[in-house]
Amino acid sequence: MVRTLKFLGVLLLGLVGPGLVAQQSPTQAQQPVTRSAADPEVVAKGAALAAIGNCNTCHTAEGGKTLAGGRPLTTPFGTVYSTNLTPDPDTGIGRWSLSEFRRAMHEGIGRDGRELYPAFPYDHYTHVTNEDLGAIFAYLTSREALRTGIPENRMIVPRPFVAVWKSLYFKPGTLPQDPTHDAQWNRGRYLAEGLAHCGACHTPRNALGAEEADRALAGGRIEGWSAPALNAQSPAPRPWSADDLTTYLRTGFDAQHGVAAGAMAAVTQNLATVPEADVRAIAVYVVSQMPASRAADSGGASGTSQPGSAPFAEDAVPDSLAATATPGDGAAIYKSACAGCHERALRGLPLALSTSVTDTTSANLIRITFDGVAPREGSAGGIMPGFAGALTNRQMTALAGYLRSEVGHAPPWSDVEREIAKAREETKAKKAS
Amino acid sequence: MITLKVNGQSHAVDADPATPLLYVLRDHLQLNGAKYGCGLGQCGACMVLVDGEPVFSCITPILVVQERAVRTLEGLGTAERPGPVQQAFIDEQAAQCGYCIPGMIVRAQALLEKNPAPTDDEIRAALNTNLCRCGTHMRILRAVRRAAQGFKASGGKS
Amino acid sequence: MKPAQSLQISRRRFLAQSGALVVSFALTRYAEAQSPAMGSLGKTPNLDSWIRVDADGAITVFTGKAELGQGVKTAITQIAADELFVEPKSIRLVTADTARTPDEGYTAGSRSMTDSGTAVMNAAAQVREMMVELAATRFGVERSALSLQNGAVRTRDGRVANYGELVANQSLHVAAKPQSALADPKARRYVGQSLPRVDIPAKVTGGVAYVHDLRLPGMVHARVVRPPSYRARLSALDVTSVEKMPGVIKVVRNGSFVAVVAEREFQAIGAMRAANRAAKWETSRDMPPARADSDAYAALGAAAHEDFVIQGDKSPMSRTWTREASYRRPYQMHASIGPSCAVALFEGGTLTVWTHSQGVYPLRGAIAEMVRMPLERVRCIHMEGSGCYGHNGADDVGADAALTALALPGRPVRVQWMREQEHTWEPYGSAMVTQAQAVLDNGTITDWQFDVLSGPHSTRPGRAGNLAAAWLLQEPFALPPPQPIPQPEGGGDRNAIPLYSIPNVRVVHRFVRDPALRVSALRSLGAYMNVFSIESFMDELAAAARADPVEFRLRHLRDPRAQDVIRLAAERFGWANFRRGPSKGRGFAFARYKNLAAYAAVAMELDVDRDSGRIDVVRVVAAVDSGDVVNPDGIRNQMEGGIVQSLSWTLYEAVRFDDRTITSRDWSGYPIVRFASVPRSVEVHVMERPGAPFLGTGEAAQGPTGAALANALADATGARLRELPLTRERVRAAVSL
Repeated sequence: MVRTLKFLGVLLLGLVGPGLVAQQSPTQAQQPVTRSAADPEVVAKGAALAAIGNCNTCHTAEGGKTLAGGRPLTTPFGTVYSTNLTPDPDTGIGRWSLSEFRRAMHEGIGRDGRELYPAFPYDHYTHVTNEDLGAIFAYLTSREALRTGIPENRMIVPRPFVAVWKSLYFKPGTLPQDPTHDAQWNRGRYLAEGLAHCGACHTPRNALGAEEADRALAGGRIEGWSAPALNAQSPAPRPWSADDLTTYLRTGFDAQHGVAAGAMAAVTQNLATVPEADVRAIAVYVVSQMPASRAADSGGASGTSQPGSAPFAEDAVPDSLAATATPGDGAAIYKSACAGCHERALRGLPLALSTSVTDTTSANLIRITFDGVAPREGSAGGIMPGFAGALTNRQMTALAGYLRSEVGHAPPWSDVEREIAKAREETKAKKAS
Repeated sequence: MITLKVNGQSHAVDADPATPLLYVLRDHLQLNGAKYGCGLGQCGACMVLVDGEPVFSCITPILVVQERAVRTLEGLGTAERPGPVQQAFIDEQAAQCGYCIPGMIVRAQALLEKNPAPTDDEIRAALNTNLCRCGTHMRILRAVRRAAQGFKASGGKS
Repeated sequence: MKPAQSLQISRRRFLAQSGALVVSFALTRYAEAQSPAMGSLGKTPNLDSWIRVDADGAITVFTGKAELGQGVKTAITQIAADELFVEPKSIRLVTADTARTPDEGYTAGSRSMTDSGTAVMNAAAQVREMMVELAATRFGVERSALSLQNGAVRTRDGRVANYGELVANQSLHVAAKPQSALADPKARRYVGQSLPRVDIPAKVTGGVAYVHDLRLPGMVHARVVRPPSYRARLSALDVTSVEKMPGVIKVVRNGSFVAVVAEREFQAIGAMRAANRAAKWETSRDMPPARADSDAYAALGAAAHEDFVIQGDKSPMSRTWTREASYRRPYQMHASIGPSCAVALFEGGTLTVWTHSQGVYPLRGAIAEMVRMPLERVRCIHMEGSGCYGHNGADDVGADAALTALALPGRPVRVQWMREQEHTWEPYGSAMVTQAQAVLDNGTITDWQFDVLSGPHSTRPGRAGNLAAAWLLQEPFALPPPQPIPQPEGGGDRNAIPLYSIPNVRVVHRFVRDPALRVSALRSLGAYMNVFSIESFMDELAAAARADPVEFRLRHLRDPRAQDVIRLAAERFGWANFRRGPSKGRGFAFARYKNLAAYAAVAMELDVDRDSGRIDVVRVVAAVDSGDVVNPDGIRNQMEGGIVQSLSWTLYEAVRFDDRTITSRDWSGYPIVRFASVPRSVEVHVMERPGAPFLGTGEAAQGPTGAALANALADATGARLRELPLTRERVRAAVSL
């Protein structure tokens, strides 16, 4: 409610403030781009860049054709549907010119001059060089044209007011090179802050939905999940190294940190198709934002325990429980339902290494426990069953409490019951259950 | 002693609370429906319903299901009077070796109780947790569709 | 072979119950009795009774085959019912039991209908004729004045005698005649009908259906402790802590064979884990250095092998080939959904094993040898397991149970393998490499050379050395050197000879006796890969000849049944009117399993997502000719299942291993098809040929499905993939060029 009031206040300001609202001009009708013109090497480069940009994640509907749009993106200001990025002349970008594409990516302006909602992260794409945009455009327009009908947006904010938002929060332009860092780091920053738009999930947003500029990479939320802090506040029990993070980003899993779940899974699936050097550069940059590696042992938040140092036998004997163990006892639940896999090498991640346990919110722990983890169809990869049915809310609360205190050695969460309720709602919203 | 409510009946079970429900069902209660397929929650052959939700009984310790309503394949119907889902599987002859089928039936039951008119995609998504190695998938899908019609007809009751 | 005897009443086979007519086929002179039309009747000299009629009219049919989920119990019941003129529900069927049924070897190779169905058909027909004769005598009428119904013979004037009455006071053992008066196919009531499977009701309602469900009084639970790799040996095991665990009865140890026994199943599992921790293994490197799955083909190529020219001249053909191609298939798993299980009891000097082995007689022999007991003191009784698709862990766990039971006389012992044990210890389908070469002259194939390199496709019992447990004993047994299976059945060379009419054909089977991994029979054996290769290659040749793939095949076939099945599949698929789309393709393939059994043609439509490499199989249309069809729905079920399973093999499956051990330990390391990937539709059209010999169908779909998929992929993208499985990564790499 407070958010909406604030926003309406800004709207009013926008209405009366002279010169704050500038109408952008639509460009003249352009000829549809011919597909055959593109150089295959440029197209391939564009494909890799588009993968880093995760275009296909937002611009593909569930069960729909790749990049043909139609996916609903829920924002605090309503639902916006992603557009068709195939070169269909009527429903896609078939009539767009390169300069129109650039304007959209750099300035957040559509072909017809309309303001584009910043659910489309042009506040990051504005950093992408013209050359790279050319390659991405060549890639997109080389694909098969697919005609799709996109549902109408349901936004409470009319487009013109986005200009106000931009005036407050959007600074178009490239990132200057940082001479105090090497080429790899700069490349990584260019990609991470630009195409990969890590901050779009991993940075907290203010009431008007803009990234908080002074809290870059301090953590955010996306579709119910927590995107943990990637800066000095990283909650990872074991600090990330560039090697770890590169492995994680390319495979979706790292043995010292865990699995890419929720929205991150799609990111790692895309990065798996990208040249390793670019992924490594991103990893180098992101790791540079995190706390430096602690010498020798790095415990969890308390620094005293040794995550991952206990020898895990192939077949750890599951502890038997005292006959008096109660169904609401978090320790007992952990020992009998979780330890069988999570304390067996070649099976589950030792939870002392899990960021889900040490994060500022219980959101991820709850969701992974309820939903489990599964690799992409046909691919090898860790399978964790979901416990949504097996555990009651009370039991999940107790389990979360146990893990937080005894494994994460961190102060209790305040949001466990709320996140459990939210997670249950999210599941109900998906009809097939 | 742990008290379990299985298929409407209470049982006092003398087993370590850490024992996965699967072994108690089979070993203590002599129920054959839930099967050991992997013991890892990867294949679904062990599925049962707990408070109406599908659950891998192979990784669910009896500790957490005490006093909750556990339903197994046997609770959905008998050979003399099969339930609608079981009947649909018989009518479609939806089995080859049949080992995965109890898990499929339980999973389908959970789906239909929540969503009595699922689309084909919804059925596939729901059953994705359950493996079938013989390749009986097409028949299983037909059986679930058929069971959905039966559910509609009977007003959603098993 | 024993010398010829006209009437042999074997002591073991004589059933002293008065009034039980036992038709015993103790035919001895192989040549006399032999007739392919008689199935197992001709093949096995010492046969048990096939049919029994009790004084009260109860009918029991005995088969040496086992129900694997393929519907054989139902089918044989239908056959017997039709020949005996009784209702199926009045027949009691006894399957594979070394104490009670004929020895029909393995239920494998799609031979059940050919071997056992034919035998039962003939035996039942001859019993029925005997009833008619007895009635004619009793009633003093001509045979033609009699009618049969529901196990009774009637005269026109209403006198009736049921089979039980007719048989009373007759203890007659009759040798089978070399020919039977089979019932007119037009008079059939059951054969040809899709009778509901007799085993399904119990399976869907929690009845006792599997050996896994067997519960005997006093039964205890056991788990085996397996080494971490094939040839690791136990160097130390301190069992004190294990023996103290709750419910643990005993730790059995014999050399490196270890089993833990407990009252309750979960207790046994806990004890197994404790024993795993306590055990110290001497792990020599099992695979020679650098042998990992990435190296499997090179290793296979470098291994010692013996070459068999199974068609054509000794010396290789030297030609200017129009086309050459090489194909590869990795080790693949049975991956039975239910890990193997057995129950054994050693009591009164007899060892009984309840097992889902495909061959209870061979298993009995192997176990008897392993435990050094006389054959007649060991009994193996078949009870169903989950689908085995060949030689999986069933025999091994039977041996495990036997060894454990011997250590606990008087107590039934149930052993079940864990998922990891089934995945890592089952014998796989061998890796294979093929090479095809052909000359096209004016669009016709004139010369054809085919080379298949493969490990063995059978290491089944028989012998103790075929049992994994036996390798671990204090006095171990070694695996007998595997042998190639001779043509026309073949092993690695099954279906290596094309059915096509080609003037000059040479086929070589390169038999690697000792591949890197443990291997044995996996559904269709070498046929999956050989048909995959041949049918992929046929498409490549058709393309070179600018011919339609279906028409190209028809042109090279003379067998009208092959042509019929191809035409039917193509027509039902709509081959001629297929509308292409970007990244959409169609593919076709055909094979006659073993060039002897069922004919199958498969047409497939798929879409390819070039970005991800994901293949979406939209539609599969198959046509099958199985000869005389006992249960049409059973045929369809087997074909559908074979198609979906073959899609899984072809898209996803490869066993992973490093230089020490198998790393595909469970479903996370060996993904198979899930509901998300099964086709939108699968149709199977059955060509019925009443009266024709039965043709085995259970394995007919594997090869054609794989090839149809590769052909459709090539059609959709222009990319010809020759290395299995056709993973996303391989498809992406091939199409994005």
